[in-house]
Amino acid sequence: MSHLSQKTQRVRTTILAAGLAAATTLATGIVSAKPITVVSWGGSYGAAQDAALFNDASKNSGIAINRESGASMSKTCLQVQSGSVTWDLVVTGSGGAASAAAQGCLEKIDYNVVDVSNFYPNLYTDYCVGSDVFATVMSWNTDKYGEPGSPGAPKSWADFWDVKKYPGTRAYRANNVDGALEPALMADGVPPEKVYEVLSTKEGMMRAINKIRELKPHIAVFWGSGAQQAQLMKDAEVDMSTGWNGRFDNAKKDGAKVGYTFNQALLDYDCFAMPKGAPNKDVAMKFLAEISKAQYQANLPFHITYGPTNKKAYEVTTAPKELLEALPSHPKNVPMMLPVSLDFYAKHRTEALELYMELLSE
Amino acid sequence: MSSGTAQDVDRNPMNERLLRAQDVSEQRMLLSLATPALLMIVAIVLIPVGWLFYLSFIGNDGQLSLEHYQKMVEYKSYARVFVTTFQVSILTTLLCILIGYPLAYFLAMLPQRMAGFFMLAVLLPFWTSLLVRTYAWLVLLQKNGILNDFAISAGIWETPVKLVHNMTGTLIGMAHIMLPFLVLPLYGAMRKIERDMMHAAANLGATPIQAFWKIYFPLSLSGMVAGSLIVFVLCLGFYVTPAVLGGGRVVMVATQITAILENQFNWGAASALGVVLLVATIVILYLAGRFLKLDVALFGKS
Repeated sequence: MSHLSQKTQRVRTTILAAGLAAATTLATGIVSAKPITVVSWGGSYGAAQDAALFNDASKNSGIAINRESGASMSKTCLQVQSGSVTWDLVVTGSGGAASAAAQGCLEKIDYNVVDVSNFYPNLYTDYCVGSDVFATVMSWNTDKYGEPGSPGAPKSWADFWDVKKYPGTRAYRANNVDGALEPALMADGVPPEKVYEVLSTKEGMMRAINKIRELKPHIAVFWGSGAQQAQLMKDAEVDMSTGWNGRFDNAKKDGAKVGYTFNQALLDYDCFAMPKGAPNKDVAMKFLAEISKAQYQANLPFHITYGPTNKKAYEVTTAPKELLEALPSHPKNVPMMLPVSLDFYAKHRTEALELYMELLSE
Repeated sequence: MSSGTAQDVDRNPMNERLLRAQDVSEQRMLLSLATPALLMIVAIVLIPVGWLFYLSFIGNDGQLSLEHYQKMVEYKSYARVFVTTFQVSILTTLLCILIGYPLAYFLAMLPQRMAGFFMLAVLLPFWTSLLVRTYAWLVLLQKNGILNDFAISAGIWETPVKLVHNMTGTLIGMAHIMLPFLVLPLYGAMRKIERDMMHAAANLGATPIQAFWKIYFPLSLSGMVAGSLIVFVLCLGFYVTPAVLGGGRVVMVATQITAILENQFNWGAASALGVVLLVATIVILYLAGRFLKLDVALFGKS
């Protein structure tokens, strides 16, 4: 009897709660009063997203957001695996999203809610929606090797490897293989369109590793973050470095003598992913739909030189022509670059990382 | 027989039983007093370490497996990372002894108040953020850093010398950060040494050098061993300083663990690295203990 009454009580409470929730929704006219948690990276990147995407989208949609920094797919997976998910939307690199999805850490994106009809076709997947396009480029000290495009300035990965023609020190990626092997193969004479085909074989991977080993005596520093890439060029600690174009633009704004080329650069994108079991899944999906609209992406270039993933953003943006032409995703720049293959990383990342870490520890 | 009377009284079975009962109850008392501490240790040390061991034997498919350990044998990077870790730790410890011993000796020789003042010089950096000190070294040592600029303008060397983003920079930074951990226990041990002993040695005809090596050094050894152990063990798990000053060329275990977690989300592989480091450290300390008679030096037992 007491058992029964307990049950009725619970049912009653549920109904009451549901009624209350409905009442709140009606009263405020907002989808949910509970803020969703949106997690990005710190520094100029997160600030640019706040200014261009999050603040305005939150205002226009009425969805309250709780902004956090320190986005990471390993933390996302930890939340999912320990069953205590507090994040709703997380910024990640495309490769990180692919591995997290393979581990079952991500929720499928509902494309009935998120409209990607104007997106570049390779900039969204089942588990993540592209937020911006960036490039992994080669940069150099312009005092030492000249301004980009000037005669004698470095043009290709072969020049990055050519320590006779461009004597000096280099910086390269540490602890992570993403975007580290492709330049080596291009420097070794593999045409960009064949790079992933060659890399997918063990011999091809070893060929890239050996090419980096050849350059290793000249690699003075292995960088671990975007901030470090910028700092190394600002301090003229190295003469050439690989890195992300937006970071070098920021360093240049700060007075660094740095230039870079999009030629043979690796075209890649960041995206928004949703942890599996996100506490406010439906509302967060609506917010994701909102920030993916062209009107917000159109403002991104004003804050960081990363390109929109929504083609329509180019039509509605008020950004000047020079700024647009400096974006990695500008139609003028895209043909020069090699789009990063998520398929390659999904299949071979673990092996490639082991081999690369082995090279680094030598 | 005459000499046995005293022992006979002791061996009285009544007394013996009473004594034993007293012993047992005393031990129980001590045990019950220590229970909260023991439970605490189980909760915050044994369970997490046990969990770490357990995770390291779980394969990527969720089944029991040795795959993480097999990978450590298969790829040479893991062995190299362990060698680097122990190399950096041993060299840092030696550097700390080399700098720290004379420093502690100097402090111990000063009058108490003066020593307190100089001790501040040792402690002040100790209270400053580790990250700040590490980056400060980067600013000092880099290619166009303060030290290189000064040396070039003073004509000491002509082209920038590579002082950082390598083993040299790592060791400089780590020795600086670890120094207080050696100096503090060493200074404590040295303060306890009676000065009169040195005078007595001199009185008995020892030269100052003889007196130092025969009297002072052995008495200060316990502090030095304790300090060195702290430094060595702290170095083994160090992350920030080698990561920043090593320039990605000095890969230690902590760096490798971060790389595995950040790039592969592989808790098993990361745990396996932690387990190997833990076991290797215990083995090394055990061997060192046997050969160097650590317990004698540390606790004065013989």
